[in-house]
Amino acid sequence: MTADAVTSSATGAVRSAGTYAPAPGAAPLLRMIAAQTAFETKLLLRNGEQLLLTVIIPSLLLVLFSTVDIIDTSGTGTGGGPGSGSDKAVDFLAPGVLALAVMSTAFTGQAIATGFERRYGVLKRLAVSPLPRWALMTAKTLCVLVTEVLQIMLLTVIALLLGWSPQGAATPSGALAVLLLLVLGTAAFSGLGLLMAGTLRAEATLAAANLVFLLLLVGGGVIVPLDRFPDAAGSVLALLPISALSDGLRDVLQQGAATPWGDLGVLAGWAALGLGAAAVFFRWE
Amino acid sequence: MRFITKGYLTTTLATPAGLLFFRLATGCRAMRTGSGHRTFPACGQILSAPRPGVRRALPRLPGMHSVFPGGSLPDRAPAAGTRDPVVEVHGLVKRYGDRAAVDGLDLVVRAGTVTAVLGPNGAGKTTTVETCEGYRRADSGTVRVLGLDPVADAARLRPRIGVMLQSGGVYSGARAEEMLRHMARLHARPLDVDALMERLGLGDCGRTAYRRLSGGQQQRLALALAVVGRPELVFLDEPTAGLDPQARRSTWELLRELRADGVTAVLTTHFMDEAEELADDVVIIDAGRVIAHGSPEELCRGGAENTLRFTGRPGLDLGSLLKALPDGTAAAELSPGAYRISGSVDPQLLATVASWCAQHGVMADGISVERHTLEDVFLELTGKELRS
Repeated sequence: MTADAVTSSATGAVRSAGTYAPAPGAAPLLRMIAAQTAFETKLLLRNGEQLLLTVIIPSLLLVLFSTVDIIDTSGTGTGGGPGSGSDKAVDFLAPGVLALAVMSTAFTGQAIATGFERRYGVLKRLAVSPLPRWALMTAKTLCVLVTEVLQIMLLTVIALLLGWSPQGAATPSGALAVLLLLVLGTAAFSGLGLLMAGTLRAEATLAAANLVFLLLLVGGGVIVPLDRFPDAAGSVLALLPISALSDGLRDVLQQGAATPWGDLGVLAGWAALGLGAAAVFFRWE
Repeated sequence: MRFITKGYLTTTLATPAGLLFFRLATGCRAMRTGSGHRTFPACGQILSAPRPGVRRALPRLPGMHSVFPGGSLPDRAPAAGTRDPVVEVHGLVKRYGDRAAVDGLDLVVRAGTVTAVLGPNGAGKTTTVETCEGYRRADSGTVRVLGLDPVADAARLRPRIGVMLQSGGVYSGARAEEMLRHMARLHARPLDVDALMERLGLGDCGRTAYRRLSGGQQQRLALALAVVGRPELVFLDEPTAGLDPQARRSTWELLRELRADGVTAVLTTHFMDEAEELADDVVIIDAGRVIAHGSPEELCRGGAENTLRFTGRPGLDLGSLLKALPDGTAAAELSPGAYRISGSVDPQLLATVASWCAQHGVMADGISVERHTLEDVFLELTGKELRS
């Protein structure tokens, strides 16, 4: 006790009284959301595994398959459009890789990150911080969107250097269609990613999210045209969110087609399903 | 529903995305609290004796008592000079399946005090604290924290409290300092981050990723995260578990400073000395109920039998001594000349023994009173070791 008293008074002399006097309060809402978005984006961009998934793999696939003649893309340019498209490999691949980029961030990356945040009690800790839950989810969505913008900028530059000539993006209706596809695709993949992160163990999420990424990469029309699969398989695969996104982007950007309502419909369905299920089944702890 | 009235996302609520936001924002998964708020009787004025080295924010009043099962009710000390309770839990019941983790628990925490919640594993400590933090809804009973319902008024409560979880709570890739800075940014008037890091001995590991910090450093970072927003009330779940003695001292010191500056603290602990050193009030929980509460001194004094030992010439007439002592006191000569008296050892008893010795010409030597420690009290009350 005596020792404590000495320590106590000694420390008391050093610190200014009232240092810890309560002065509670939340920061302004927009500042909290901005801080949360910036923080999560910073952590994501600093994470090597995430960068591998969101930047390196899409970029490598784009470069590799555009320059080396592995996939036969002949006939893909005129598949369903008015016939103004091209068969060039990069014209086929660029929209698919953009779709892959969206999936890697909104689905795989978000599922893994959120799964581990849940596992490590980050979600639990933030739940008692001044940041409301909806603001946390908003920040997560903004973090995904910021990352996607960076990915799309990088991949577009690479594709253009490889000789990509996007068709429909210059027209207002084409640009709007691309934007809609990206937004609905992000919503669909976010819902599925959060569903996985909020229900499975973190390790299971890690494994499953990577496996799904790989399967959808191969079977979702990203680098292999769906018409190369048997008809029955092809028509089932066409209903996957990644297929709808890559096909829709290709309709506009490769073939210059009008708004691909069918693909948008498929994406909207997945978004409703994924976000709805995540809303019901997500567990914070 | 509050955020609807603020207009946020009202148009998107019909969509799954809106539903997700809504569900995630309100935590609708949990059940509603059964009954409304009832006024809790004013039994929060259990005060404790002053101890050296601890600055008191409150004047102390007489009337200290502890409550034991079947024992006397506490004196209701006059309310003058005491502050409003900041935590009021009354009749809390929380079940998981058939098992009641908390089973009719009462807890009152006075403003500006440190309250230690003790109990064996599975006693319901964490469930109780997490109900106060708004993580769980009570199955029945009332919970008020800073006058608010922790679930219904969560948005207003959260900025005012600081929470230290038993483990985790930090992004594994985040560095210690940036995590603390981030938490500071979520608050309106946070503490100075550098000074706080320095204060907790984290000055050298600010650039270290959380997962590479030692267990003790992670603990101290969690404590820093709990206090950086300058809360009125902090909940600390085992704040010094896994700390080396020096780090424990420094954590205790910080807790004393917080208390001196008017912050109320509720902590769970496995360490009896921690409760004895820090707490104004100790609440002992077993099987989801409070089985004793009071200041550490009260708990050690009351209920448990104490022991008085002395040596004198062999063969004293203990029958004659016992006649002078109150009923229920026992005396024995353990070995020739070594005596033990067990019972309610108070100053009166000590004086009686001394005067009896004087009357019988006995030079009592080596008189010692063995005070029960909180650990003994705990063992007596629960029949369990604390760290089981």
